[in-house]
Amino acid sequence: MSGFRLADGGRIDRRTKRNFTFDGKAQWGYAGDSLASALLAQGQMLFGRSFKYHRPRGILGAGVEEPNALVTVDRGPGRITPNLRAPSVALHDGLTATSQNRFPTLKTDLIAVNNVFSAFFPAGFYNKTFMWPRAAWEKVYEPIIRRLAGLGDSPTTRDPDHYDATYAHCETLVVGAGPAGIAAALEAAAGGGRVILIDEQEEIGGGALSDPAQWPWLEEASAKLAAMDNVTVLPRTTAIGHYHQNFVVAAERLTDHLSVDEAEGAREKLWRIRAGEVVLAMGAIERPLVFEGNDVPGVMLASAAKTFALRYGVAVGRKLVVMAVHDSGWRDALALHKAGVNIAAIVDMRRDVASELIEGARAARIACYQGYAVTGVSGGQAVKGVTIALAGVGKGQKIDCDAVLMAGGWTPTVHLWSHAKGSLRWDEAWGAFVPDKTHEDLRCVGACGGAWDYGKGLSGGLLPAPKPLHDSKAFVDFQNDVKARDIGLAVQEGFRSIEHIKRYTTNGMATDQGKTSNLNGLQIASGVLHRPVTEIGLTTFRPPYTPQSFGAILGHHKEALFQPLRKSVIDDWAAAQGAVYENVAQWRRARYFPQGSEDMDAAVARECRTVRSAVGVFDASTLGKIEVVGPDAAEFLNRMYTNPWKSLEPGRCRYGLLLGEHGFIIDDGVSARLAPDRFHLTTTTGGAARVLNMMEDYLQTEWSDLDVWLTSTTEQWAVIAVQGPKARRVIEPLVEGIDLSPEAFPHMSVREGKICGVDTRLFRVSFTGELGFEVNVPAEHGRAVWEAIWAEGQKHGAVAYGTETMHVLRAEKGFIIVGQDTDGTVTPDDAGLGWAVGKKKPDFVGKRSLARPDIVAPGRKQLVGLLTDDPQAVLEEGAQIVADPNQPVPMTMIGHVTSSYHSATLGRSIAMALVAGGRDRMGETLHIPMPDRTISAKVVAPMFYDAEGSRLNG
Amino acid sequence: MILIHCPYCEEARPEVEFAYGGEAHIARPVDPSTYSDEQWEEFLYIRNNPRGRHHERWRHTHGCGRFFNAVRDTVTDVFETTYKAGEARK
Repeated sequence: MSGFRLADGGRIDRRTKRNFTFDGKAQWGYAGDSLASALLAQGQMLFGRSFKYHRPRGILGAGVEEPNALVTVDRGPGRITPNLRAPSVALHDGLTATSQNRFPTLKTDLIAVNNVFSAFFPAGFYNKTFMWPRAAWEKVYEPIIRRLAGLGDSPTTRDPDHYDATYAHCETLVVGAGPAGIAAALEAAAGGGRVILIDEQEEIGGGALSDPAQWPWLEEASAKLAAMDNVTVLPRTTAIGHYHQNFVVAAERLTDHLSVDEAEGAREKLWRIRAGEVVLAMGAIERPLVFEGNDVPGVMLASAAKTFALRYGVAVGRKLVVMAVHDSGWRDALALHKAGVNIAAIVDMRRDVASELIEGARAARIACYQGYAVTGVSGGQAVKGVTIALAGVGKGQKIDCDAVLMAGGWTPTVHLWSHAKGSLRWDEAWGAFVPDKTHEDLRCVGACGGAWDYGKGLSGGLLPAPKPLHDSKAFVDFQNDVKARDIGLAVQEGFRSIEHIKRYTTNGMATDQGKTSNLNGLQIASGVLHRPVTEIGLTTFRPPYTPQSFGAILGHHKEALFQPLRKSVIDDWAAAQGAVYENVAQWRRARYFPQGSEDMDAAVARECRTVRSAVGVFDASTLGKIEVVGPDAAEFLNRMYTNPWKSLEPGRCRYGLLLGEHGFIIDDGVSARLAPDRFHLTTTTGGAARVLNMMEDYLQTEWSDLDVWLTSTTEQWAVIAVQGPKARRVIEPLVEGIDLSPEAFPHMSVREGKICGVDTRLFRVSFTGELGFEVNVPAEHGRAVWEAIWAEGQKHGAVAYGTETMHVLRAEKGFIIVGQDTDGTVTPDDAGLGWAVGKKKPDFVGKRSLARPDIVAPGRKQLVGLLTDDPQAVLEEGAQIVADPNQPVPMTMIGHVTSSYHSATLGRSIAMALVAGGRDRMGETLHIPMPDRTISAKVVAPMFYDAEGSRLNG
Repeated sequence: MILIHCPYCEEARPEVEFAYGGEAHIARPVDPSTYSDEQWEEFLYIRNNPRGRHHERWRHTHGCGRFFNAVRDTVTDVFETTYKAGEARK
C-alpha cells in the first residue's frame, strides 16, 4: 500500500496518471478517480470547514449525498463552479479545486472560534440573537454572518459557456442505472419501445460499481444496451425533477469531466423527456449515526468506505472501526477486509446479530462488540480513536483507529417519487418512508422501492449520549451544522410539526436537501415528542434533486433570446438618427432624438417647442390595433366600451374607454368606423393582447350570438403621427384621393385613400392638442412613407420626436396614460372622464359596478393638476401628497403624483395627481414631502394649455 | 408540464399553449342592473377554492384561441375532462 492506495483492485486505470491541484498544492490520481478518492489516496482527510462553527470536516459519503466535502472548481474566467461535491467530481488533468468556507486556510481557520462558543449558537440563533437594534442588521450583523457562515463564492464574471436543450419522447424512462435500473431497461427494451436510461454517475452500474463480483454481468448488460437501437443510455445525467404526466427534466453534463483543452461544445444539455412509463431505480442512501464526535474527519458511511476501496482502490484509513446498527455494516466490513483494508472492530448496538455475520467477522479476526455503542471520537482534524461502552453507558474503553464507519441503515431515494406527488408509507423494517401510491404511470424498483435486501437493522436516530444533551457535539445535519440538541431545543420551544422544526433548526435545508439528515432529524423529533414518526410527518422534496446550474435551465434563452424585443419598421431609421430608446412592454421605442451634446431635457424641450410651433413626426406604430368586423360589430363595441358606438357614422372616430367588469379603467384608445360593419380599434401599446383576449372572452362565452370577428392588426399597420400647426402642409403633397380641408376632413375623422402611392387609413386625431394626423400604412411600406414624410417635413422645419415629448405634450393637455395616471382602481369619474360614459346605455362591461356603494362614495381619489409654487420645481412621479406638512410622522397621505414634467411650452413644471376629493380642492395648496425638502403645489384642473382647443385646427 | 386536451383541436397539447381563465360556469347576468349590490359582489369576486374537483376555464391562446371548460383536481393537477364552452357542467 502506497499512501492509502490499495495494491490492486478498483476500476481506476493505474497506467494513466492525472495531475491536479487542491488548494494550490500539486496532487495526482488515476484516470477513473473522483476528486475525493484521489485526495483520500494521498491521505487527505480534511476537506472543508462547516457552515456555522467552521469545524473541520472530511468525507462522509461517496456520492451526491456528500454534505461536507464541498469544493470550488476553477476552469478559467467565468467558469468557476462552487459547492461541488468532491466524490462526484471526476478527476481530469489540470483540475483546479479549492476548499471553501475557511479563513485563511483549511488547516488553520481563525473563525473556528465559533466552535468554541458553539453553546451560544443554538437553534434559531439568528432569529434570537440579532434582533436588536434593528438598524444594526443591515450594516453590522448581516455582513458578519455572511462572512462567518457561508458556502463557495458565486462567479462574478459572465459565463462564457453555452448550454444545449432538447426534447425527447420514449415509452419507458428509467432513472438510475444500478442493477435494478439496468434490468428494468433491458426488460422494457425487449418489448421494442423507446427506452431512455439515465444515471448521474460517470458510468452506469450504480451499486454494482462497488461490487467486483457483478462486473462481468455489468459489462455484458452494458454491451447489450449499447447494441439496441431503441435504447438511449445517458450517463453523467441527473434527473432533477419529475413534473406532471411523466415529464422528467434531466441535465446532462457534457464537458465538466474533461480537461479545459479537451472540452468542446455545450457544457450541459437539458433534456425534457415525456415518457409513457417512468421507472425509478434511484437506490438508497445510507444513514449516518448520531453520536458524540460523529463529524470528525475520518468518520464516514460504511458504504462510502466500501466504494472507495472496491471502485477506486483506496483505503480510507489504516485501521478502521465500524459502528453498525444494521447488517449491511457487517457485510461492508467483511468486503473491506477482503479487499485488504484493516478493520479493527465492529461495534453494534444490537445484542442479536446473525451468527453468520459474527462468524465471518471472527474468521477475519475482527473484534466484535455487540450491545455496544460509540460514545466519543478523539481527534480534531483526523480520527485518533473511539470510546465505546456497553449500551452506551459508563466510562467505556478506547480503541485506536484512524477512521470510523457508520452503518445506520438505509433511506430509499424517493425524491422524484415525491415530486410526482406519490404518497409514502412508513416501513418499520426499513425504518424509513417507502413509496406507496401514485396517480402517474410511475413505479419504483430496487432499493428506492423498498425492495432490496440489505439485511436487518435497528431504526432510531440517536445513539445513547454520554454527555448531557446540551453539551453534545452529535451532528444530524452536517452541512448546516445542526446538532441533535438543536432539534430537542426546537421541540422544547414548542415546535411540533417537522416542517416547523426543519425551518427553525435549518435541518435538511442545506444544498444536499437533507439526503443524510432528514430521517435522523425526524426520528430524534419523534423520540423527544414521544410520538410516532408518522404523526410528525415528512418534509416535502422539491426539484432539483441535486443543485443545478442556471445555465442549463436557461439554455438558449439568454441575451437577445431571453425575451423577444419588438421593433417597429421605423426603428432602424431612429437608430441611424441617434435615438435614445426606452422599452415599453416588449417594444423598443425611441424616447428622444438628441442633437449634438443635448441631454434629455434639452432634446425634449426642443422637440416640444418645434411640435407646438411648426410640426413633429412620431412613430406610433406600437399602438395596439384590432380589426372588428361583422354585422354586429357596432353592437359588440357598444357592450364592451363605456361610450355609445351605434350612432357613430362611418368615417368618424371616437375615444373609447374600456373598463373591467369591476368598473375600473383598463384601457383606452381612439377607434374609427370605416364602414357600418367594420371598425379599426386602437389600444394602448402594452394592452393590445390583454384587450383582444378580453374581447374574445366576451364574444366566445357571453355573447356568442353576436356575429363579429376580431383580428389583431398591430403589426400589419405602421403608424406615423404628424402633429403641429404645419401638419397638413407636410402631408398634403403626398396624399391622393382625400380632401384634407378642415371642412371635408374634420377633427376625429378617418379617410381611406393613398399616400405616396400606398393605401392608407388616414386619421385626423391629436394626442398633442395640435392639428394632427395619424398615417396608417401597411407595415411593409412604413419605412418608405416615413422617409417621404420626413423629407417633406424638412421643408417646414419638422422634428422627429420620441415618447418623452409625446408624454409632455399630452400632459400639457391633461390626456391620461392608462397605467400611469390610472392604476387599476380608477373609475371614469375618478379620472375626470365621466363624459365618455354613455349615460343612456342600458349596459356595458363595468356599468353595474359604477353604482356600487364604494364607487359612488364621496372622497375618492380624483385626477387633478398640480402647479408647484416654485415653477422650476419638478415633482417626482409617485411622490406622496399631504394636506398638512407639519403633522407628525407617519403623515396622512391623501394622494400621489402620477405624471410630472418640465413644460418648455409653459416655461414651468406641470404635474397630474390622484388626490382624495381632488376636484373639491381646486385652488388649495397641498404639500409633497421629499427627503431634503417639502414642495408645495396648488391644485388646478388637469388642463395646462389651450383649454378651448383652438389649436386643433392648426 | 401538463398536457391539456383542447376540445376544439381534439388534441392534447403542452400547457404553455394555454392560459388559465378562472372559475367556470359563472355567467354574466343578462341584465346586471337587476342585481343587488350583494349579488353583484358575489358575481364579481366570490369564487370557489375547492380541494379536489374544480371547474375552470382555459383558453388555447397559442393554438385555436378558443375558450373551453375543464375539470381539474386541484390536489393532483390531473385534468378529469375538458369540454366546449356552452356545454353543461360536467
